Amino acid sequence: MATAPEVRGLGHSVMRKEDERFLRGKGTYFDDVVLPDMLHMELLRSPLPHARVVSIDASAAEALPGVVAVITGEALAAHNLAWMPTLSGDTQAVLATDKVRFQGQEVAAVIAESAYVAKDALELIDVEYEPLQAITGPQQALDDGAELIRDDKDDQTSNHIYHWEAGDEAATEQAFADADRIVSLETHYPRCHPAPLECCGCVADVNPATGKATIYMTSQAPHAHRTLFALVSGLPEQKIRIISPDIGGGFGNKVPIYPGYVVATAASLLIGRPVKWVEDRTGNLISTGFARDYHMHGELALKGDKMVGLRAKLLSDNGAFYADAQPSKLRAGLFHVVTGSYDIPAAHVVADGAYTNKAPGGVAYRCSFRVTEASYLIERLVDTAAHELEIDPAELRRTNFIKPDQFPYTSATGFVYDSGDYEKALDVALDMLGYADLREEQKQARAEGRLLGIGIASFTEVVGAGKGKDYDIAGLRMFDSAELRVHPTGKAVLKLGVKSQGQGHETTFAQIVAEELGIPYEDVEVQEGDTDHTPYGLGTYASRSTPVAGAATAIISRKLRDKGKDLAAHLLEVAPEDIEFAKGQFSVKGAPERVKTIQEVAFAAYSDLPDGMEPGFEGVHYYDPPNMTFPFGSYAVMVEIDRGTGEWKPLRVVAVDDCGVRINPMIVEGQIMGGLTEGYAIAAMQLITFDEDGNAIGANLMDYLIPTAQETPAFELGETVTPSPHHPIGAKGVGESATVGSPAAYVNAVVDALAHAGIRNIEMPVTSGKVWDALVEVGLAE
Amino acid sequence: MTEATVATPPVQTVSVTVNGEPKSADVEPRLLLVHFLRETLRLTGTHIGCDTTSCGACTVLVDGTPMKSCTMFAVQAKGAELTTVEGLAGPDGLHVMQQAFHEEHGLQCGFCTPGMMLTAIAFLAENPNPSEDEIRFALSGNICRCTGYQNIVKAVQSAASSQAEGS
Repeated sequence: MATAPEVRGLGHSVMRKEDERFLRGKGTYFDDVVLPDMLHMELLRSPLPHARVVSIDASAAEALPGVVAVITGEALAAHNLAWMPTLSGDTQAVLATDKVRFQGQEVAAVIAESAYVAKDALELIDVEYEPLQAITGPQQALDDGAELIRDDKDDQTSNHIYHWEAGDEAATEQAFADADRIVSLETHYPRCHPAPLECCGCVADVNPATGKATIYMTSQAPHAHRTLFALVSGLPEQKIRIISPDIGGGFGNKVPIYPGYVVATAASLLIGRPVKWVEDRTGNLISTGFARDYHMHGELALKGDKMVGLRAKLLSDNGAFYADAQPSKLRAGLFHVVTGSYDIPAAHVVADGAYTNKAPGGVAYRCSFRVTEASYLIERLVDTAAHELEIDPAELRRTNFIKPDQFPYTSATGFVYDSGDYEKALDVALDMLGYADLREEQKQARAEGRLLGIGIASFTEVVGAGKGKDYDIAGLRMFDSAELRVHPTGKAVLKLGVKSQGQGHETTFAQIVAEELGIPYEDVEVQEGDTDHTPYGLGTYASRSTPVAGAATAIISRKLRDKGKDLAAHLLEVAPEDIEFAKGQFSVKGAPERVKTIQEVAFAAYSDLPDGMEPGFEGVHYYDPPNMTFPFGSYAVMVEIDRGTGEWKPLRVVAVDDCGVRINPMIVEGQIMGGLTEGYAIAAMQLITFDEDGNAIGANLMDYLIPTAQETPAFELGETVTPSPHHPIGAKGVGESATVGSPAAYVNAVVDALAHAGIRNIEMPVTSGKVWDALVEVGLAE
Repeated sequence: MTEATVATPPVQTVSVTVNGEPKSADVEPRLLLVHFLRETLRLTGTHIGCDTTSCGACTVLVDGTPMKSCTMFAVQAKGAELTTVEGLAGPDGLHVMQQAFHEEHGLQCGFCTPGMMLTAIAFLAENPNPSEDEIRFALSGNICRCTGYQNIVKAVQSAASSQAEGS
């Protein structure tokens, strides 16, 4: 450990500073904000997935006592606000004017003295619709003669959105021609929803006297949202203040800007009073950022047991507006990291996207820009190959891993992996699981008529965007920032451009300062989320806070340390080059008894300066990463299938993560266990689907299944540490590894239990019904 | 479409004891208990996560029994003793359950935490020495999206041990 226990820098599992207010019920989530004269907004949503809006009669609603206004798309159009830009350069209706394009689309808003009255008034709005055929799948959307969903766009003649390719097509074709075995997998990564426990919402307060718009909102990216608000509304950016208060979970769902935020702000501007909008759970599930929905076809070319080529084709179901949250230069996000942890010399990826009559979004649900889908495809393909070739899945992985001496490694699709030791992580996982013994147990169990399965996923992630040159959101480069102010008494405030939603930033980032400057972590207060009082940054998602803002924090701490050396030299009357720093103390080289503490040096910065030195002990650093970071790990799961019902249950879940240097191991492990649970949820139950008429199924938490403590397995965690060579403290980011890596491990385990009978795939969510069908198919049902 | 005929709704007086203090207010009969707590009494530690009794973020104790306050009218609580998260800590500091959640890292975003702790407190009152399976079953009406429950289970075990030592 670099720092003493009382300083609590890196590697200390210190208790979280943010806990106390949450434990006492004294957190401040946006819905806890109450302003004088505040009004309440409720949204009317379309019951139909695709229809022309013929007329809207709001007169009865407007006449209801307590209703202040009913806002329609037409009213917004008068202010040029009926449409807004999306994060992927498309447009999205704020309130429908011409057509509704998905069930749950926002049609009108009621502003009233109370939320109850606003809800009453929704019932009184009379909308006449002319129904159109609903398109519920991307294949159907691309059929000749399919109804045009985006007839609002002059240049749109079909439902096709984009075509995108990565890798080397010719080299890949050659690899496939030379291969002696080609293994393929057709699969759909189904639509699911991040469903943070707190739904979205805001309190918009446009001050009629000053023109200042203060918006308390559920935002994972408050600075980027301020800029986008300025671009949408035309309000000058200095007159917009986004305050992202405590957030009850995000997982990507709170990255986009939703119509509710825009309408509430417009309403406050027009009415001159604060307006609160609280989304209900159904609104959250049917209208805000969904995740995944990739139809994928993968092929792996092998020569013997060596992987020599990979082809992937995907068709993305983007919903009615192309609103994916991802870097603008990458149409399918980072899906082309699909070669995973393997040294595959040739790869080619082809991606197409289509409009459908479903909600827009395409957020990275607890992952980095579509990495989850890529990781799932390769890890399922590897198991499919192992079963086809009758090779142990662990051995096939081991044979094909990128080796430690190959880093930095350039993948066939152009990523430069920073560091990794994949075999080591796999070895630790297999050792923890007792792999060899379990394979024996599996054989014996099978002889006794029981079905056990073992699934492995040796994933590699790519997180921590940017570098800014290659990665941007809506044109904004993906850097991040840290401003450190050390007060005269040696206590500090650290202001960040990112925004925690439960990740423990107030603790973790204080520990980075503690490590670098020796100021005890209790003495560092971390502030985030208020755009008037924090430096600009792109926000918290894609596991980027530690890789980017964490790096910024380390670097600004080091800059202050350099200034501290000059101050200490002045105080100790030696030359700056004669000063050395360790553990919060500046001492004279060769005379360690001559020492000044960081606290003494901080006071000197305000009281006893050398001539010509700028007073103060503070600074800001904006960090543009030289590369992404590449966390990795191996997960190993054992399941048992009930042959009488098709139910399956994880009996063991072993997770070995390598996220580089761990700042607070307790928090890291908390993140991993949360991710393993969401991975299980996606593999086993979470599903947003639609009937053939386009009705959303899974529109509340009775139909959209989320695991409770009872279904969630117990987790066994292990670690290896391979520092990132380009990150100042060697950290890589960890919040999403387990959501990315684990779904394939769970599904591999279920398929592994049935592979001997010829089953190669069961689609997510792997319900007991689907497993039952598989059991029946191969004659193993009881 | 019918004419707007919504009359001013009648109000009823709700008198309850909340965290040991008597409270009284005139409310609409349709006012949900969770809104009564959050808006009328401004006790915002009780949260709303789903509207359908599924997630448990709104759990409070009504005469010692965990109830999901999003699916109960305030008028149904007339005369009851209510405990919300704000009533857990005493003059000597955090309740053992709060302390256990802190020490075992049983919370991340904090949104489910009040309901989770109240459910766990009522459970331990009935079963002071539970098995892990019993704890997991007892908490199965409360959803957490962040932690994966393992540390929540550890926190409840730890609180049970603390209570056993203290009794």
